[in-house]
Amino acid sequence: MFEEDQPKPLLEVRGITKQFAGVQALKGVDLQVLPGEVHCVMGQNGAGKSTLIKTLSGVHQPDGGEIRWEGEPISIPSPTAALDLGIATMYQELDVVDGLSVAENIFLGHERASGGVLHVKKTNAIARNLLKRLGHGSLSPSTEVGTLSAANKQIVSMARALSRDIKLIIMDEPSAILDSGEVANLFRVVRELTAQGIAVVYISHRLEEIRQIGDRISVIKDGRSTASGLSVTDTPKAELIRRMTGRDVENVFPEGQPVASDAPVVLEVDNLELDGHFENVSFTVRAGEIVGFAGLVGSKRSEILETIYGARKSSSGKVSVNGKLLKPGSIPAAVNAGIGLSPEERKSQGLILDEPIFKNVTLSSFERFARAGSLNERAERDAAREQIAALELRPADPDRPARTLSGGNQQKILLARWLVHGTSVLLLDEPTRGVDVGARAEIYALIRRLATAGTAIIVVSSEIEEVLGLADNVLVIDDGRVLTHTKASDLDEHGVLDLVMKGSAA
Amino acid sequence: MSEQNTKVAEPRPDATADHSAPRANPVQNFLRGPAGRNVGLVIALALLFVVGAATSGDRFLNPENMLTILRYASIIGVVSVGVTFVITAGGIDLSVGSVLGLTSVVASLTSVQLAATQSSWILMVIVALAVGAFAGLVNGLVVAYGNVVSFIATLAMLVGARGLAELISGRSTQIVTNRDFSQIMRSDVLGIPILVWIFVIVAVAGWFLLNRTTFGRRTIAIGGNLEAARLAGIKVKRHQVYLYVLAGLTAGIGGVMMLGRTTAGTSTHGLLLELEVIAAVVVGGTLLIGGRGTIMGTVLGVLIFSTLVNVFTQNNLDTSIQALVRGLILVVAVLLQQRFANRGKTRRAKAKPVKV
Repeated sequence: MFEEDQPKPLLEVRGITKQFAGVQALKGVDLQVLPGEVHCVMGQNGAGKSTLIKTLSGVHQPDGGEIRWEGEPISIPSPTAALDLGIATMYQELDVVDGLSVAENIFLGHERASGGVLHVKKTNAIARNLLKRLGHGSLSPSTEVGTLSAANKQIVSMARALSRDIKLIIMDEPSAILDSGEVANLFRVVRELTAQGIAVVYISHRLEEIRQIGDRISVIKDGRSTASGLSVTDTPKAELIRRMTGRDVENVFPEGQPVASDAPVVLEVDNLELDGHFENVSFTVRAGEIVGFAGLVGSKRSEILETIYGARKSSSGKVSVNGKLLKPGSIPAAVNAGIGLSPEERKSQGLILDEPIFKNVTLSSFERFARAGSLNERAERDAAREQIAALELRPADPDRPARTLSGGNQQKILLARWLVHGTSVLLLDEPTRGVDVGARAEIYALIRRLATAGTAIIVVSSEIEEVLGLADNVLVIDDGRVLTHTKASDLDEHGVLDLVMKGSAA
Repeated sequence: MSEQNTKVAEPRPDATADHSAPRANPVQNFLRGPAGRNVGLVIALALLFVVGAATSGDRFLNPENMLTILRYASIIGVVSVGVTFVITAGGIDLSVGSVLGLTSVVASLTSVQLAATQSSWILMVIVALAVGAFAGLVNGLVVAYGNVVSFIATLAMLVGARGLAELISGRSTQIVTNRDFSQIMRSDVLGIPILVWIFVIVAVAGWFLLNRTTFGRRTIAIGGNLEAARLAGIKVKRHQVYLYVLAGLTAGIGGVMMLGRTTAGTSTHGLLLELEVIAAVVVGGTLLIGGRGTIMGTVLGVLIFSTLVNVFTQNNLDTSIQALVRGLILVVAVLLQQRFANRGKTRRAKAKPVKV
């Protein structure tokens, strides 16, 4: 099947399938990993990457298909079994214990001890060696992990993998929590690992990154392999995008009409500043305008949004809505003035997951459905039903708990919440995170429709493409400073990155 | 959706995925729902009645004994309703027993009783409620604005309020001399003691407040996801203060009832009451982590424990065995509750990979 000079694959996955509660998450995925290579797995949110990882790390059992390890067919019944085979997984939410030291974290679960008494010195010495192998000899084994940066926590997590006899490390979007300098460092560490013969399965949806670090690529779309083992250097970017999305990305974004120059200014932000985060932020948003914040992770985009909303208290500067000055640091004041926020972390910051859709929809305005404090649930349900119909929210059952909905539909609940409240300014932080690609287009269209109806909208996204595609005007932000404020059509992804790089250098 | 705005008209995998979400058979759904959980409690209560009837016969199954059970349940019940709110919002109030003792002491002070004799017995009630509400206010302020964990804040109040009650009363028992007060508290309405009526009224009001008002909705929202509630514009801190005031208020009502039942105020009133209250609330099905609360469950939880005490007393069983059995019931109830919570979690874990 493969050429003769190729080494024997370490891991081979053939046609695995997995179904959850009637949903086919994996419909046939192939993957073949060689020893010592960096094998990138790409796919949109919802493509099945996480399910695949969990299958390989023993969290889930596949319903069908075959997994071979060093040529032998195997099953991986538990995470411990995966570790025993030599497969370690580094999840996005790092599994380190903040209260323990670096060395204690590395040997968590297989402590060096005799008779229950820990060998502290020996443990620290081995830990130091492991860290050195990862090029991080400067990291002290006795440091408490809680004091480390996310990047260093990742190093600890990798050292833990090394402390066992590991042949394959699966990394689930390891760069998502890192800034650009830290990503470069991560790549150095990944190369250290592969130089020692360890294979790395690198999950990401950032094309640029994959071109830098990957040897071969496999692509998953809607639970199916659309490419397996392509060479990184020989495959053009456009082809990868096509295999990931099944179409050209440009088509996803709805076209907007230019905002009328006489459209009233709805939101005015004047010299807003939050100590230690950002300063000197000034801009306006007109009725019907979508303003995008572009910048890398850590650029303080979300902080600006949260300060406008009053979730953080500005140290100076003004925010006004329809000419009315807002009280700093007060969410109720912002909400009353007509600002709505759809927060970055939909599940932990946006929704009461166990409550039904309709109660989540009316959460910011249930006083409107009450007389003398007594709620009229029928009116609430009616209002929710109206929004469900308008936003094509599925399932169209106001009593369904928010938890059971998909990411796209959960996002619609948050939009519905502010539509019911009647907001004139919508702040959308990562509106399509965790939303799969088909539903994304729908969310984009929805956002554009709200703007056309006269809402002033700010969109923050870590996907520069999304900001540029969706917004009329864009603020490029880096390290709490606005680098430029211009029409979206004047910028492209490269231009933004260029600006950010120059901004950081200055 | 305006089609001209978007060139994409693909089927949404997103939307189709949801229709297949589990819709178990109606009986299962019912048993997992709030009503179903109460059915479990009613069955437990019925079993206790069977045991009571079997072991003590008519001594157990007569109207007078039923009223004894209810009278015993009434004070714990009233306080439990208040604490249900705090727990539903994700907090805890350990201080209710001490606060109840404090309110009974302050309301039965010679000076207060004298003033009450000169004006009206209601003064004693007002004093007790005010003291309870004030203690709750302190709890609430320390928790909400001092950012102290509710367990610690109310533990401090538990210790402090008891100490204050001892200081004020000089550790002596203060007899209720106000005749009107005693008479009212001992009176019956429609053959049912006033204490039981108070329990009924507080329970009904609590049920309405939790399930039918904005106050209750905010309480559940805060317990279910505090950050989401805050970002939705709910004044979370202020609401938390209200919740502890409410719990303190019910402790004050409990103090009044205790004064009525024992015709005396003392710093030892309500000793370890908080444990009985929390046990009843938890057995009733309110989640200790917040986000789900049930007044009906709390009432049933209180009735289960008071019936248990009654059955044991009727059979002259040792109080130590009583305590042992209560402990067992509590553990079993929490284990069952966790199974429910876990079921939710596995559902979550299973649903997640599909969407991420």
